[in-house]
Amino acid sequence: MRGYFERQGFVEVETPVRVSSPGQEVHLDAIPAAHGRFLITSPEYHMKRLVAAGLPRIVQICRCFRAEEDGLLHQPEFTMVEWYRAGGSLEELMEDCEAIVESAAHAVGKGTGVEVPPSRRGPGGPSAVTLGRPFARTTVRDLFRTHAGIDLRGDESEAEMRDLATKVGCRVAGDAAWDDVFYQVFLDRIEPHLGVGRPIFVSDWPRPLGALARARPGDPLTVERFELYAGGLELANAFGELADPVEQRRRFAEETAERKRRGKTCYPVDEKLLAALPHMPPTCGIALGFDRLMMLVLGASSIRDVLAFAHDEV
Amino acid sequence: MPSYDTSDIRKGLKVMLDGSPFTVVEFQFIKPGKGAAFTRTKLKNLLTGNVLERNLRSGEKLEPANVETKQMQYLYKEGESYVFMDTSTYDQVHIPHETIGDDSNFMPEQIVVEVLFFNDRAVGVTLPNFIEQKVLETEPGFRGDTATGVTKPARISTGATVAVPLFINEGDVIKIDTRSGEYLERVGRA
Repeated sequence: MRGYFERQGFVEVETPVRVSSPGQEVHLDAIPAAHGRFLITSPEYHMKRLVAAGLPRIVQICRCFRAEEDGLLHQPEFTMVEWYRAGGSLEELMEDCEAIVESAAHAVGKGTGVEVPPSRRGPGGPSAVTLGRPFARTTVRDLFRTHAGIDLRGDESEAEMRDLATKVGCRVAGDAAWDDVFYQVFLDRIEPHLGVGRPIFVSDWPRPLGALARARPGDPLTVERFELYAGGLELANAFGELADPVEQRRRFAEETAERKRRGKTCYPVDEKLLAALPHMPPTCGIALGFDRLMMLVLGASSIRDVLAFAHDEV
Repeated sequence: MPSYDTSDIRKGLKVMLDGSPFTVVEFQFIKPGKGAAFTRTKLKNLLTGNVLERNLRSGEKLEPANVETKQMQYLYKEGESYVFMDTSTYDQVHIPHETIGDDSNFMPEQIVVEVLFFNDRAVGVTLPNFIEQKVLETEPGFRGDTATGVTKPARISTGATVAVPLFINEGDVIKIDTRSGEYLERVGRA
C-alpha cells in the first residue's frame, strides 16, 4: 500500500493524536485524553491543514479512537488509512481504492476472488466477492428507488421522511430524526445488497449526510461523497472537501446543536481548521478502514480476527 | 412494567413487537458510516416460532414481554385438552389440543415439559428433545434381512406411529427425536 502511494507521488505524514477538537460529527464520540484534549476520531482536520499549507498529495496510516464502538466490525481503537488529493476528483479516489483493494487481495495470496463469511452474505447472497477492477458504481437515490421503492430528494422534512419509511414498511420511532430514518431504511433494505458479488461505490449522498462535503454542482440537495462497500463491509468514505469557512462554521453549529439535543458532549470548534480552509485548493479526501480491508481479503467475520489485541485484551 | 432500551438487549431477552412476544436469538452492534449506532437483532416469535431481523436504533425503547416458562408434568388427557401440573406448586392447568398440536404424539403421560405462559395464559409446550418409549405393536422383522434404510411402522404408547428398522421387536425400548418424530436407536430389548 505504501508502495502504491509512493508511486502516485504521495507524501506520508503524521499528525497529532491528541487534539483540542475531535470533530462535531453527531454520531462520533471521542475519548478524553486529559487537559481538555481528546484522542482523534479521524486525522481529517490536521491533514486538511497540511493540504492548505501546500502539500497536494498526502497519506497517513494511523490509529483512530471512537468511544463505545465495539462489535464484529468495530473496535474503539482501529487503523485508518486517510489520503487527500488536492486538485483531484472523487473518480481518482475511486481508482485509488480499486488499486489498493485489488493489490491487498493479491498481497495475501488470495487472488481477486475472496470468500465472504456467512454473517455478511445478505439474504441469499453469494459466498464470494470478486475484487477485480472495475468496481460497480451507483448513487444513493438509485439504491433507494431500487431496493426501498422510495424517491429520495434530500430536502424532505423529518415528518415526511418518517411517512415515506412507514409507507414502505420500515419501522421508525415517532421522534426519529432525518438521518435516523435514512439509516433505518438503509440498514433494513439497502445495505444487505451492497457489494455482495462485487465491490460498489455509492455516490451522491443527500445533503444532510455530508457535513464536510461540498454540494454537487447542479444538484444542491446532494453532496460530493461516496462510500465503498465490499463483501458486506463498509470500507471507505470520501468527500469532495468543503472549503468555505462560513458554510463550514454554519454546519459545525448545526451539528453541535444536534449533539446538545441528544444530550451528548459538545466539542470546541477547530478555529485553526476554519482559518486554514480558505487556503485549501479544491481537494478530495478519503478514509479507508485498514482492519476492515484485512477482514475483506482474509474472509474474517470479526475485526478481532485481524487484530493481535482487541480493546478488552489489553 | 419498566421498559428496556437497546443497551439491555441480551440473548434470551423477551420483548413485545407488533403485539407478539419475541425472544432475542442474536444481536450485533452496527454503525453505518455517518449514522447513529443500531443493534441488529434476530428475534424469534414465541407464539409462531418465526424468526425475524430488526435493526433497532440505539436508545429505542422496547416493551418487556410478560412471558414465563414453567416445568410441568403431563397428567392425562381430558376431552380435547391435556391436563398439566406445575411440579413446584402442584397447580393444574388445562391446555387445549390446538396449542400443542402434533407434539402430543410424543407426549407420554408423566413426562415433564416446559410450558410457556404469555400474559398468564399457556401458549406453548416444549417437549424434551428425546424420549424413550416401549414399542407396543409392530410386525415381526425377518431374520437375516440386513438391508439398510428399510423401515416398518411401530406404534408407541402415545398412539403415535414411528418408522423403525426391521430388527425392532414389540417390547423394545426405542429413542425418538421429538422434533422430527424420527427413530434414533434401540436402548432396551424386549
